Amino acid sequence: MLLYLVRRVLYAVPIALAVGLFCFMLVQIAPGDPINAIVPPDAPQDVVEQVRRDYGLDKPLPIQFALWLGKVVQGDLGTSLATGRKVWSDLHSAIGNTLMLAFAASLIGFILGCVLGGLAGTFRGTLVDRAATTFAVAGVSVPHYWLGMVLVVIFSVQLNWLPAMGAGPGGSADWRWDWEHIQHLVLPAITLSVIPMGIVTRTIRGIVGEIMNQEFVVALRGKGLTRWNIFVHVVKNAAPTALAVMGLQLGYLMGGSILVETVFSWPGTGLLLNSAIFQRDLPVLQGTILVLAMFFVGLNLLVDLVQTALDPRIKRA
Amino acid sequence: MRLTTFRRALLAAAAALPLASAAMAQGTIRIGMTAADIPLTHGQPDQGFEGNRFTGIPLYDALTAWDLSASDRASTVIPGLSTEWAVDATDRTRWTFRLRPGVTFHDGSPFNADAVVWNVRKVLDRDAPHYDSRQVGLTASRMPTLRRAEKIDDMTVALITSEPDSLLPINLTNLFMASPTQWERLRAAAPTAEAAWNAFAATPSGTGPFRLTRFVPRERAEMTRNDAYWGTKARAERIVLLPIPEANARTAALLSGQVDWIEAPAPDLVPQLRARGMTITQNTQPHVWPWQPCFLPSSPLSDVRVRRAINLGIDREGLRTLLGGFMQPAVGTVPPGHPWWGNPSFNIRTDKAEARRLLAEAGYGPQRPVNLRVQISTSGSGQMQPLPMNEFLQQDLKSIGVNVEFDVVEWNTLFGNWRRGCQDASARGVHAINVSYAAMDPFFAMVRFYDSKMAAPVSNNWGQFNDPRFDALVAEARTTFEPVARDAALARLQAAGVDEALMIFIAHDVSPRAMSPRVQGYLQPQSWFVDLRLPSIR
Repeated sequence: MLLYLVRRVLYAVPIALAVGLFCFMLVQIAPGDPINAIVPPDAPQDVVEQVRRDYGLDKPLPIQFALWLGKVVQGDLGTSLATGRKVWSDLHSAIGNTLMLAFAASLIGFILGCVLGGLAGTFRGTLVDRAATTFAVAGVSVPHYWLGMVLVVIFSVQLNWLPAMGAGPGGSADWRWDWEHIQHLVLPAITLSVIPMGIVTRTIRGIVGEIMNQEFVVALRGKGLTRWNIFVHVVKNAAPTALAVMGLQLGYLMGGSILVETVFSWPGTGLLLNSAIFQRDLPVLQGTILVLAMFFVGLNLLVDLVQTALDPRIKRA
Repeated sequence: MRLTTFRRALLAAAAALPLASAAMAQGTIRIGMTAADIPLTHGQPDQGFEGNRFTGIPLYDALTAWDLSASDRASTVIPGLSTEWAVDATDRTRWTFRLRPGVTFHDGSPFNADAVVWNVRKVLDRDAPHYDSRQVGLTASRMPTLRRAEKIDDMTVALITSEPDSLLPINLTNLFMASPTQWERLRAAAPTAEAAWNAFAATPSGTGPFRLTRFVPRERAEMTRNDAYWGTKARAERIVLLPIPEANARTAALLSGQVDWIEAPAPDLVPQLRARGMTITQNTQPHVWPWQPCFLPSSPLSDVRVRRAINLGIDREGLRTLLGGFMQPAVGTVPPGHPWWGNPSFNIRTDKAEARRLLAEAGYGPQRPVNLRVQISTSGSGQMQPLPMNEFLQQDLKSIGVNVEFDVVEWNTLFGNWRRGCQDASARGVHAINVSYAAMDPFFAMVRFYDSKMAAPVSNNWGQFNDPRFDALVAEARTTFEPVARDAALARLQAAGVDEALMIFIAHDVSPRAMSPRVQGYLQPQSWFVDLRLPSIR
């Protein structure tokens, strides 16, 4: 197990390097000039060139990448071209906010997904199954930024029950776990939860349906086990696959909330990436994507380990 | 008895609730900006003129300022931290500025000639310990001829330019005065000058009517009234700035009462805002939304008759209707009545018959239509609604025999291409480019487009326009130092630009804002900026 863990951690190194290189190249290939993050569009050419030299953006790309990488391995993600602040100082608060949103959305999505999927799988072909499946299909089909806007119109603009944007009356720096603050989390979390809810529902439905048809469940019934005891056995068998799907979904939620965070002005990594993309703020873009990718790798590793612990039949070579 | 006590307590609580709520909201105006981040607070804001509007002018002053006190006339330059200025009669590259006495920075240190020299050096002297590259890009480009500052006495400075330039006092509205004392104090505790500027951005010290009291990067900035301000003090006690880049989210925030004022409401939601009693404001803005022609011989727009025809072929009122009234038809760089309007002989209007006649004279007609390619963006600051507006123009110009094809690129890319010029490969053979611009300062409104020395990639003469007559007009305006005569020279330049149809003048933005009826005393000048000292909240 330890060897497996070490090997997986070592695998993460070339992945990080590849992500870093890919991200750097992608940003360079994209049209536009990072100098626009620092100088206004009407700046004369001599000022543009002077600032380009000051920031080292006139150096060949391999040297720029090597310089960036050299700093990264020392734990320095660089400095934002647009704000002059350290990338990490903005990123760590953004990650905290996104984690909070992702976990809240996961909680809603996974609980609803497990309940609906479990019901649909257990009562296959019934009205309950059809209703749960419809709900799941709607969840994965509805564009979540559109849903976010609709929720804002209904619950913020019309009913005035919940706030439309932000992370609390004083911003995320003042976050507290009271209703005054939690109400800011409700709409973005619900919006973000619909896709994982749909996916988890469909996954659980499939697994539960499959397990319910297996011979061991018939044998359990034949032995006279109660519904509850049979349910526990089904859950144990369904858990590894369900966990893998949930782990991936949590990873997606971490990096895939650009639109929802923008709609709700939620100060997470999505909003950070959004403004960095529009400003061509390369250090922020590279740093954020690298950290999110590493988070994803770490999450996958964690899910693998939990899966192995839950199901000893899963052998790691 | 117990019930009576309970009722009393309940009544007292109910009575106290609105009072507490009113006390909390008293004097605090919450503004939803279009920016995705709080504009830089170290004294030279980014985020374009929205930055100057919200973290420049409220926190800092410059030597000269914009008059933002009226909505019915063009905003002009007035004294700021300098009370008077003059160019040296013998050496017209040397200006003398008298400084306003009794002004102090937010940290209590005095504003004087040393502070001016220090602030000029922060962006122009690479050897200065407090030189900041980040501020160079945001400032030096707006003061193209300023070279250095010299202290004459405590309250007098000399500013030296690279060439005689009458536009310097206008340019200086962009150089905000930060406190050297505050920076030195922070520098003592910071490892580098850059770190000291970052610390300064978190605890800035200017001389403006507000001081920054709270700063949460990317989320909010809170500014409190500076009761020691040298001029008229602000009415509102506090201003809270919130970046809300998405237009629908911004509008929803206003409708749900989370903010009191938003910049650029979502156009589709304006009727709903009105129905809910919100105030919608707009005014002429020194802004031009044009098609800038390419003057290379291969371009059909190198022929003045074609440029004039297209200017006459556009139904600007129809475009205004499309935008729900949120634009002003552009018939020049500035609107008629502006001090720089002049007396153009070419009257830009909608006259499709005359447009067709001019095109026929230039050799075009039904058998040989004008085929025009224009580079446009999908969005962008100041670009208004580029896609529907350009599609309207495309459809409209068909009626005079002009076929328009678009090369659509992303906003940042369009900016980059604008600097390179129409002779560059990045132009991809287009004949015009659609980049909007501010027209407050004559350099940015006209000089950089009409002067052959400004041909891209030096500056924004993207079309490579080259006419000695215009070079002479520019030189005359820049070397005429008496303000009325300078304005007259600028008016001649403007009029000549209209006569030669050096732009396809299409629209001026009107800077729509929406605010709660609780906001009182707001005034929208004919400017990119507003005076945040005027509004209060009921």
